[in-house]
Amino acid sequence: MSTALPLWAEVLTALFAVLGAAFAAIGSFGLVRLPTFFHRIHAPTLGATAGVWCITIATILYFSVQGHKLFLHATLITLFVALTAPITTIFLMRATLFRERQKGGDVPPAALSSESAPTDVGQPTGPRDR
Amino acid sequence: MSDFLFWGLKLALFLLAVAMFCAVARLLIGPTAQDRVMALDCLYINGMLMMLVLGIVYASNVYFEAAMLIALFGFVGSTVMAKFLLRGEVIE
Repeated sequence: MSTALPLWAEVLTALFAVLGAAFAAIGSFGLVRLPTFFHRIHAPTLGATAGVWCITIATILYFSVQGHKLFLHATLITLFVALTAPITTIFLMRATLFRERQKGGDVPPAALSSESAPTDVGQPTGPRDR
Repeated sequence: MSDFLFWGLKLALFLLAVAMFCAVARLLIGPTAQDRVMALDCLYINGMLMMLVLGIVYASNVYFEAAMLIALFGFVGSTVMAKFLLRGEVIE
């Protein structure tokens, strides 16, 4: 259904697609395998950076060679993900630290000059139930 | 489309399906709420990558808009859920 591409373009497209999918699979497998949340938060970022970049390169290669002009729309998605993934991670990390402090878990206490200092329970008062 | 590209894209789709399965497993067994939010974040990124690979498979431009929408709404959803976990309400 599609026009035939030169062989080097097909090989590079397949290579980058498999590479990006492998990065995403490794990251998601780490999500299952690592023991605690603070380990697990690191794993999916592999898929969100390297995986997205590799599959974007594959897409740009394929559509640029197929359409005989530069195709850069996919870069928009990559830039958006590169901008937003750290924001989500920082929010989740702060939420987790807050909830662990509320539970009296084994996390560092809140900084003294934190903007949400009065609501944070910095030091656990009772005996730790972990 | 040669055999090399065909089977390469099939392998990529299979690996992304494995990645989504791992994310769904963590979504189901995650002990805390923030584990589930993180698994959902990982799940939408994997689904967006699968959309991009499907766009190559079918040689169609329509999949870009779908992938862009998944990225946009996935970010909004993850951020709102993380904010809810942090403050107990979304808009103060």
